[in-house]
Amino acid sequence: MAEIRVEALRKEFTGFVAVHNSSFTIADGEFVCLLGPSGCGKTTTLRMIAGLELPTDGQILIDGEDVSMKRARERDIAFVFQLFALYPHMNVRKNIGFPLLAQGMARGDIRQRVEEVARLLRIDHLLDRSVSGLAGGDRQRVALGRAIVRRPKCFLMDEPLGTLDTEFRDLMVHELRELHNRIHATTVYVTHDQLEAMSMADKIAVMNHGIIEQFGTPREIYDRPRSMYVANFMGSPPMNFLPFHGGLARGSRQVQVQGVDVAVPEVYDDHAPADFALGVRPEHVRLDDGSALRGRVLGTEYLGTTQIVVVETADGVLKARVPADDRIDEGEIVGLSLSSSHLSVFERGSGRAIETALFQEVGHG
Amino acid sequence: MVEVILRGISKRFKDNQALSNLDLVVADGEFVVLLGPTGAGKTTTLRLVAGLERPDSGTVTIGGHDATALPPAARDVTFVFQQYSLYPHLSVYENLAFPLRSPARRVAASEIDRRVRETAKLVRIDHKLENKATRLSGGEMQRVAIGRALVRQPSIYLMDEPLSSLDAKLRAELRLELKRIQRELGATVLYVTHDQIEAMTMADRIGILQGGELIQIGTPRQVYTEPRNLHVAARLGQPSINLLPMGLLPDSGLPAGTKTVGARTEHLRIEKSPNGASDGVVDWIEHLGDQSHLHVSLGSHKVITLSPPDTPLSSGDKVTIRYHNPLCFDSSGERLAVHP
Repeated sequence: MAEIRVEALRKEFTGFVAVHNSSFTIADGEFVCLLGPSGCGKTTTLRMIAGLELPTDGQILIDGEDVSMKRARERDIAFVFQLFALYPHMNVRKNIGFPLLAQGMARGDIRQRVEEVARLLRIDHLLDRSVSGLAGGDRQRVALGRAIVRRPKCFLMDEPLGTLDTEFRDLMVHELRELHNRIHATTVYVTHDQLEAMSMADKIAVMNHGIIEQFGTPREIYDRPRSMYVANFMGSPPMNFLPFHGGLARGSRQVQVQGVDVAVPEVYDDHAPADFALGVRPEHVRLDDGSALRGRVLGTEYLGTTQIVVVETADGVLKARVPADDRIDEGEIVGLSLSSSHLSVFERGSGRAIETALFQEVGHG
Repeated sequence: MVEVILRGISKRFKDNQALSNLDLVVADGEFVVLLGPTGAGKTTTLRLVAGLERPDSGTVTIGGHDATALPPAARDVTFVFQQYSLYPHLSVYENLAFPLRSPARRVAASEIDRRVRETAKLVRIDHKLENKATRLSGGEMQRVAIGRALVRQPSIYLMDEPLSSLDAKLRAELRLELKRIQRELGATVLYVTHDQIEAMTMADRIGILQGGELIQIGTPRQVYTEPRNLHVAARLGQPSINLLPMGLLPDSGLPAGTKTVGARTEHLRIEKSPNGASDGVVDWIEHLGDQSHLHVSLGSHKVITLSPPDTPLSSGDKVTIRYHNPLCFDSSGERLAVHP
């Protein structure tokens, strides 16, 4: 097991920079997701940790040892691609034991290790079956077993669930996390799916154009986004932004949006007049006839238990998530009240969140 | 009027009965989504409408004409696949124009130009018409692929998981766009997916397929609130519906013959129990961003519901749980009607 430290990592390919000056630390036993859209540099970062790409600059330390320029096989890591790649002509036992056989381990030891791993994955009753006859879930467990059996220092996974049916994917997400809770192997997992990241990760690194925008626990990332990019990437539908212009005074607890005063977490610094945006998640918007902030309902999107109401306000469209039983008619004029303690304020020029009491909560949960 | 009618369709591949006696009507201008896991018969249904497969029995009627024996080219349908199959050496413009340049179609050059530009605007790719198809992002390529299907203005659009190869984020955006485009054109669409969110948000009607049979078809609200059986109930909703045996919670007033109670978030009242009697204990609250899941243990059973962002509950709390108009299923898994 191992701590992975990435320091000022940079990767250039001819003509473009895939990863800019990234630094983060993955503690021993932690499950970290690198999250972002395609082309954000997440896979390149993972491949550098694996030793499949060499960095242009910066360092990678595994358990304090600088491995930046070491080959992949000298790093004692297991890289899991799409999980389905098995040897079709071998049975389950041979598939799982193959990496040990390749290392030249004694047969008796291999047998013991394979059985241990099979028990962990609850496939010990399948050991002598051919892999070609297995159901999808069991095949995937075998592929995982083959990665675990070597007891590597860490696991690196590149969208291992990418090609699966959604339902099966939900199941595997839970199994992967449960497996992690049992073996506590340091894991770096690349995905573009925020729900996968939110369900599995201890920490998430949200990446954008080769830059880590924010590194933190799933709750920090979702509840206290440090940039408009993160706020917009997380959540479906994403955070709403209500633009406003003006100065902000240290200690103030309200901002004016569309001529209406809205209470916000206490502002910590003075800000000269500029373009700002008030950020509010759809689940923190309530339809409230008493509110002075008003808009017209453009439509609703039915999701079963909840529905998304799309409201056109004077300054753009805003989405609210409300119970599906609430009767809402297209064209109706509604009031909108925002849950003050959850609001973010962004400086639109830089896209960064300004310091408010919202971030104060970090310390005490 | 373009209406697609499938009557009594069966199709067998060697020892696999892909479809059994399927009846399905897609009305003119309707967006129908077939939802089911891999192997349910979704893609086979599309291929039968396209003419890429012939049914063993049954008929396919398109726009009032029997199309069962017609070759694909004679059916006036268009197919959008999962992978955007663009011509890499051509520009976006040429990719869009290609279906119209077929000698069989004889579309005038000025008309081609008009249609290409109109379609490009519709799929919001008009700013990249001169780009090579390979110099686009994944979402742009898929928009061109959808645009290429639209430019021909066929009777019906067949779509086989066209969004599944895209990033999750992009998928959510294109979902809304596709629905908007369909509405604007009044297009008839038959769309297959295994993603329940796509089905819920885009479909006028959802057809639930399982093992080659159409189990239920109805509006998203119908199949969600009145599922025909346990299978349909379990297929829709996130978190999945809780299926609990009779007798676990006070269930007087539920119909006779109820074996299993199906309870989604809206069917349960979960409250912190005052001192004394409780039904269960809150295990934990799972924060998944836009959803928080409340996990409650009731003895050996688990209940998972959506928890509001401002829930007063926290892990370790003892709670009372009561049903509120839940769904009831009999011993064969069929839903029982509840008379108030």
